Amino acid sequence: MIAQLAVEVPYWGQSLLRVLGGIVAVLLPAGGIVYLFLFKMMSFMQSRLGPMEAGPYGSMQLIAEVGKWLQKEDIIPENADAKIFKIAPIIVLVSTFLLIVVVPFGPDALFTNFSAGVFYALAIGSVSVIGILVAGWSSANKYSLLGGLRAGGQLIAYELPMVLAVVGVVIQAGSMNLQQIVVAQNTQEIFGLDWIGNPFVITQFVGFVVFMIAVQAELTQPPFDMPIAESELVSGYMTEYSGFRFLMFFIAEFATAGVFAFIASVLFLGGWGVPFSWFGWTGIDSVDNWMNVVGPIIMMSKMMALVGIIMWVRFTYPRFREDQLQRFAWKVLIPVSLANIVVTSILKVAV
Amino acid sequence: MTMLNERQQLSYIAGQAADARLNVELETEGMTLNIGPQHPATHGTLRIIARLDGEQVVWAEPVAGYMHRGYEKLTEVRTFPQVTTLINRIDWLGSFANEVPFILAAEKLMEIEAPPRAQYIRTILFELSRIANVGLFLGDLGVQLGAVTPVFLAFRDREYVLNLIEGATGGRFHPNFDRIGGLKDDLPKGWVDETRQVMRKLRGFCDEMEDLLFGNEIFQSRTRGIGVIPADVAKSYGLSGANLRASGVDWDLRRDQDLPMVWNKADWKVWTHPDGDSWARCWVRLQETRESCKIVEQLIDDIPAGPVMAKVPRIIKVPEGEAWVSTENPLGEMGYYVVSKGDLGPFRVKIRSASFNNISITPWVLKGVYVPDIITILASLYFILGDIDR
Repeated sequence: MIAQLAVEVPYWGQSLLRVLGGIVAVLLPAGGIVYLFLFKMMSFMQSRLGPMEAGPYGSMQLIAEVGKWLQKEDIIPENADAKIFKIAPIIVLVSTFLLIVVVPFGPDALFTNFSAGVFYALAIGSVSVIGILVAGWSSANKYSLLGGLRAGGQLIAYELPMVLAVVGVVIQAGSMNLQQIVVAQNTQEIFGLDWIGNPFVITQFVGFVVFMIAVQAELTQPPFDMPIAESELVSGYMTEYSGFRFLMFFIAEFATAGVFAFIASVLFLGGWGVPFSWFGWTGIDSVDNWMNVVGPIIMMSKMMALVGIIMWVRFTYPRFREDQLQRFAWKVLIPVSLANIVVTSILKVAV
Repeated sequence: MTMLNERQQLSYIAGQAADARLNVELETEGMTLNIGPQHPATHGTLRIIARLDGEQVVWAEPVAGYMHRGYEKLTEVRTFPQVTTLINRIDWLGSFANEVPFILAAEKLMEIEAPPRAQYIRTILFELSRIANVGLFLGDLGVQLGAVTPVFLAFRDREYVLNLIEGATGGRFHPNFDRIGGLKDDLPKGWVDETRQVMRKLRGFCDEMEDLLFGNEIFQSRTRGIGVIPADVAKSYGLSGANLRASGVDWDLRRDQDLPMVWNKADWKVWTHPDGDSWARCWVRLQETRESCKIVEQLIDDIPAGPVMAKVPRIIKVPEGEAWVSTENPLGEMGYYVVSKGDLGPFRVKIRSASFNNISITPWVLKGVYVPDIITILASLYFILGDIDR
């Protein structure tokens, strides 16, 4: 497949478009998630009045919050390792931007078509661990140190079920290219039904559940928010951060939620496509150009639905303890996802 | 050394070894974590010094007194009616309940008794302040364990109770409604019907909390078997209230004591739990809130008519003598030992507040637990800082 846009764009123009597109694809969903879920949904669920007051329908709340954070003093603790302390939030945010690179938003609306896309996404997704770990270590604060170490243990533990959950998808699609996985889901049949395509959430339901739990843990959201734990570790690795640096962690948290939900919707919900048979398409080459416009919208709605689930769980559940959390990862999620791989590969060969 | 369970024994030995540097090769590097004085889990200014081995607590000690307010001393320079304005600030979440034992002690010295109507209203307001207090505990419990939603629901429903207290007394936090010999005012019109409606809402709130927290597997795994306090240890440390009842001791001053209050006119139950863990303490409090609703619903229907104030002299001089009265306050036993020399004010007052004794068990119970469990145990022991640093 050759990326062909309607107009010829010079190389520098393409690069500029990609950078701008990356910022739009990461920050726009993050803002949407914060507004829609963190402010509106949470305030309805928890009978809070604040986010309904500022501006029409509380729409100015987001701007007010950002303004508030930008005004705050940038504090660096005296004993902190200043250079690393400053870099840490950037590492976390950058890992999110690197993650969006492989996500396809349409037949041609993508940053790079990478044949080992799944592998890349899972590998680069764990870069944020380093950021969190050094943030905790360099803060020169015991709470931050405990939080950083907890984060290290947790993120590494949940990296495994995440990877293993995706293996089933890779086996079924027969490709590690995210674009091919989208095509596979939209062209295959399931149970003799051709109108529904084969979104892997049906056949890989176990994988989907394990993946979403692992995503929840990777995002350090409740019930897996041991590293943050504001009531015991006083926000863990983020204790010493203030102002804009805290805001970067905050943006990274929600942007990563969005990006992981993008990846989950590519892997399990059929990505940017609707089943190709609806329009009489057979493969990606016969897809019309307007799919590049509609695709991102479809992706966005799928992403929002998944983030809705993530946030719903976040607002409902209490927090795990460190040992319970590790036990859950090693004794439940990994065996389940290994069994899922075995069953998938047997069925793939047999059927 | 009091009875220790296996895990506590191990960590005790580890602590001894670290102290004596007996086994330097096997020893891991310890860390002293200073929780508080300003920490979200302490709801105020309590400090807990914990020595950690990894994330396990080897040794912990609470340090109270950052907010000492000297109430016992302040009462000595005030007249008896003025003392009520002070003492309802001790446990600020269940303020009306603080006034009652002191007033009862003064009444005991003066050998007068409030009229029946005043006794009924006193009891109802006492139970309402218990609901306001323990209801907030149920929400706050969630926050300590990482679930944010319950606390907002608790604040929402506590508002109804506070509105009731405000409707009757004119004050939300510091009612200052009790007088020696009765109450300041009668109930306003329509208050009884409103109370009946609110109690129905609060029953729903209790069910909601049971679903949201107590039915949650994560909550259960975080609280069951954590911070177990056996009955004999609980008694030896002077625990009272729900903390003691959760250890299986059937002890409730509302039932066991003969005070001029009307708890015995209602049909209710004292809940106990044999486990003595954090779960039991929370569960007993939930049931207690339900029972309080039941008491209020029953008492509200048969408030007798009549005055709310007995005949007392305009200038109150309490005759010479000493009196000790304690009641089952939201947090446990709260009592006042009042010594009078026949003056306008008390000569000396000793306050026994529940939280101070409840928190005294922390060094014992925190030994050998993990850092997240410190928070669970502190939350389930439930203390109010004003009550500790009175």
